[in-house]
Amino acid sequence: MNAINQSGWKPEMNAVEGAAPATRTGNRALMLEEALIFEIGTTETTGVDLPETPKGASRLGALARSKPIGLPGLSEPETVRHYTRLSRQNYAIDLGLFPLGSCTMKHNPRLNERMARLPGFADIHPLQPVDTVQGALGVINELAFWLIDLTGMYGVAMSPKAGAHGELCGILCIKAALEARGEGHRKVILVPESAHGTNPATAAFAGFTVENIPATDEGRVDTEALKSRLGPDVAGVMITNPNTCGLFERDLKIISDAVHAAGGYVYCDGANFNAIVGRVRPGDLGVDAMHINLHKTFSTPHGGGGPGSGPVVLSEALAPFGPLPFTARHADGHIQLVEEETVGEDHPHSFGRMTAFHGQMGMFTRALTYILSHGADGLAQVAGDAVLNANYVLRRLEGVLDAPFAKSGPCMHEALFSDEGFPAGFSTLDVAKGLIDEGFHPMTVYFPLVVHGAMLVEPTETESKAALDQFVDALASVADRAKAGDASLKAAPHYAPRRRLDETQAARKPVLVWKEAPLPEAAE
Amino acid sequence: MTRYFTDEHEWIEVEGDTATVGITDYAQGQLGDIVFVEVPEEGCEVSKGGEAAVVESVKAASDVYAPVSGTVTEGNAALTDDPSLVNSDPEGSGWFFKLTLADTSELDGLMDEAAYKDFVAKL
Amino acid sequence: MRYLPLTDTDRTEMLRVIGAPSIDALFADVPEEARLTGPIHGLPNHASELAVERHMSALARQNLVAGEVPFFLGCGAYRHHVPASVDHLIQRGEFLTAYTPYQPEIAQGTLQMLFEFQTQVARLLGTDVANASMYDGSTACWEAIVMARRVTRRAKAVLSGGLHPHYVSVATTMAKFTGDDVHASLPELAAEGDIETLIAAIDDDTSCVVVQYPDILGRIADLSELAAACQAKKALLIAVVTEPVALGAIRSPGEMGADIVVGEGQSIGVGLQFGGPYVGLFGCKEKYVRQMPGRLCGETVDAEGKRGFVLTLSTREQHIRREKATSNICTNSGLCALAFSIHMTLLGEKGLRGLAEANHLAASAAADRLAQVPGVELVTPTFFNEFTLKLSREARPIVRELADRRILAGVSLGRLYPGIQALEKGLVVAVTETATAEDVETLATALEEVLA
Repeated sequence: MNAINQSGWKPEMNAVEGAAPATRTGNRALMLEEALIFEIGTTETTGVDLPETPKGASRLGALARSKPIGLPGLSEPETVRHYTRLSRQNYAIDLGLFPLGSCTMKHNPRLNERMARLPGFADIHPLQPVDTVQGALGVINELAFWLIDLTGMYGVAMSPKAGAHGELCGILCIKAALEARGEGHRKVILVPESAHGTNPATAAFAGFTVENIPATDEGRVDTEALKSRLGPDVAGVMITNPNTCGLFERDLKIISDAVHAAGGYVYCDGANFNAIVGRVRPGDLGVDAMHINLHKTFSTPHGGGGPGSGPVVLSEALAPFGPLPFTARHADGHIQLVEEETVGEDHPHSFGRMTAFHGQMGMFTRALTYILSHGADGLAQVAGDAVLNANYVLRRLEGVLDAPFAKSGPCMHEALFSDEGFPAGFSTLDVAKGLIDEGFHPMTVYFPLVVHGAMLVEPTETESKAALDQFVDALASVADRAKAGDASLKAAPHYAPRRRLDETQAARKPVLVWKEAPLPEAAE
Repeated sequence: MTRYFTDEHEWIEVEGDTATVGITDYAQGQLGDIVFVEVPEEGCEVSKGGEAAVVESVKAASDVYAPVSGTVTEGNAALTDDPSLVNSDPEGSGWFFKLTLADTSELDGLMDEAAYKDFVAKL
Repeated sequence: MRYLPLTDTDRTEMLRVIGAPSIDALFADVPEEARLTGPIHGLPNHASELAVERHMSALARQNLVAGEVPFFLGCGAYRHHVPASVDHLIQRGEFLTAYTPYQPEIAQGTLQMLFEFQTQVARLLGTDVANASMYDGSTACWEAIVMARRVTRRAKAVLSGGLHPHYVSVATTMAKFTGDDVHASLPELAAEGDIETLIAAIDDDTSCVVVQYPDILGRIADLSELAAACQAKKALLIAVVTEPVALGAIRSPGEMGADIVVGEGQSIGVGLQFGGPYVGLFGCKEKYVRQMPGRLCGETVDAEGKRGFVLTLSTREQHIRREKATSNICTNSGLCALAFSIHMTLLGEKGLRGLAEANHLAASAAADRLAQVPGVELVTPTFFNEFTLKLSREARPIVRELADRRILAGVSLGRLYPGIQALEKGLVVAVTETATAEDVETLATALEEVLA
């Protein structure tokens, strides 16, 4: 025998006993720590090679910059690595179930992304002559058509940039309509207690006074209380349907009729439209204005906090007051962009402009792609499966967690639980953090405000039964640990890139930008 | 010196026609770690039951109401640098503002310490 | 239906667990008369990827793509080359499909990026702090005006005639409803802006003066005197930057004393996209931080003492403060902020300065060439990468005519200020690093022909 195992390599299993050692780098294998660009980059480094360009004379005069800016650069490989490492510290729908109630974290189809990046959409300027952008205006016009069709409304304002911007659009339409009627004195907007915070914030921003309407014990708007508050000072109501307790507001039509009879308008927060798309049209319920979060129901990505897009569908009463710009298709197929220039003749009551240019085009292409992909049959199935998944979660967990409105009938797209029954010292927050260790993003916590220690679970239709079962089992086990007073839960998460973060310190002494550490003082 | 309490969890300590106002130990416990306090400026007129100051924890912001009407003579500047005083010493160095009372009869109907203790015990 | 994982077997089993006979039965709370009995009218049924792609591509082909022709449009949206790695990185699912970082322990990627973004933006604008983004420049501008009202407790906003007309339009629209007193004016086709007029307009009721830098005609002016005049009257100076690349070449508004600096961040990292989504930049002096709108990311430590980041000062925001919030904004422009930040990191100071210089000198060369065309006069002697020409005829039809020749020549002031005769001969031309000398020559030759 010659050269027996010359390298000496004899594979063996590691011992599993023994504490894990701290590493010099702070990394733990695939869990990689990453410094700030200000710590790893330099102002002399760049990751771009600039093209050759013509060189005229400088015309900056005394305004030429003399002081350094302090912007570090990285080469391309370092840049790719920096952001790839950062990305791995994020949870995302692509990794697993993301059950944030009222946020509709559904799968983001990649066809949407491909379509939005077609140069014909991605590389056109908003102020190009309209004859050179007929296809882009066609997208806006076609999406507008389907949004009107799906909601049974009369018109749609496409320019609002996100849900809250859409709310503002709808509320300004109401204000403009009231002023046109000579009833600008109506200053009160009624908002149910369970509303999203954006509702009262929007109404107040537009100069209205907000009054809360209580909820009934079954988690719906107290119709009688609302009716009794109607009067000549009430401009309208803002109602979320399905509401944030996950329930359909059965009385919405009755409420709408009463509000209209009293001279007001009905704003519907459409954040939860996913539960009813293709099955119920808000226009049939007497709604005057409703924003649609394209980044919820119509699957455009949330991107870690935007961009969103919030078109607002409008009733015949409010449509004349909608903002600029909008598109109009003529009989010859030409699509007109109605802006300040042509508004006088075509749209004399428009309340004006909410944003530069024409809205979130990149979101329009994605949403239209999604609508055409699903079609009429698919969208109805979307709502059906979203509601089925939520009810499945509700029924499987109602024996484990307190479900305050479980007896109010089937839920819609989301299931609401409370912290009732947790022992002293254990809270909804602990359950959320425990769920992180189980590999799930937590549900929405402490919202809506009508339930103590609220946990709002919205699975969406893009989860399989196997994924739901795994989530339900995990949440049940964490809830059981809370109920049993398991102290390790108080310290959760244990396995995330960071343990619980000190939000008090962050708020007391805000550090919002990076600053060089001061040089250490010389020893005396 | 007499200390009174409101059902909105403010305390007011009166000496003659001047008084010091803060929030109670119970209130700070409900709020959790205080991260910011906005106190009224000197010369500011406050009215009984009206908003006079704002106290913020990480996830909540609450208005603090004036227990009585009057003119603010001093806001507690120490709270700007160290809002945690409201947690550590709510009924002492964590006071919010001092004022000159407009109408001492407004003190009628406020609770004394024992009554407030009973009130809190029932919450 | 490729996006729906449930099988009919799953559905049957789940309905059994729920105790409902059918999915329709789960909609029992919807009044009978509001339930649709069939599919939505008119919408076709589901379609294959291929079919949808064909439909969308057909629409895309009806547009004249900026990158395929000589292209000179600006006025609030600029065409720059965006490095390939930017689009690759923002499409990583962990960024693309994450939500707002409400659970910081599993969102450090987004949060650290936002902290870096805030720092980059603050340094670029010359402000102490910056937020985690707004929808776009125009809405950031309005939010700044409202913030100035909160800070100064005054309601009169004086807007420069050099402010983008869409931004002016947003402000005047909103002011109709909020009761703010907005004073707007038109620009003049002149070498200088309206700084002297603005200074004269500041009085004891003025909350803020809003000035764009470089302005809508491309002009640049020193803001220091205006800042001092504002300060003397305790009004705030709001500077608006719609072309942030400029700040690689010229002094920042913060350095010249602006109290709030807002901007449109599109030109770094974010493509033209027909106007959106873009990314609003918002920076200000530190003393005003609690009056800022929008999300803020802050540094802190975790339970083990490791550095980490969280959303902070949230009590300003709608989800906590409700009707007393500083703004109703919720979703902002997270992914566009990421694109901005990645592009800025690739550039670094050296790259940004080089890019800014390349833009400026190329624009300067183009201005010289175009000014030689008979019937063309250069109105703006100082500018960054965008300048205004006065043509011998109305500019808008000429822009259309050149578009028919597949040249996107610029933005006519007639498009931005319809019906204003004094401006109708104005053509705003932007020249970035994407325009070649040949492109400029093509434009110059074509202008010669159409103006002859």
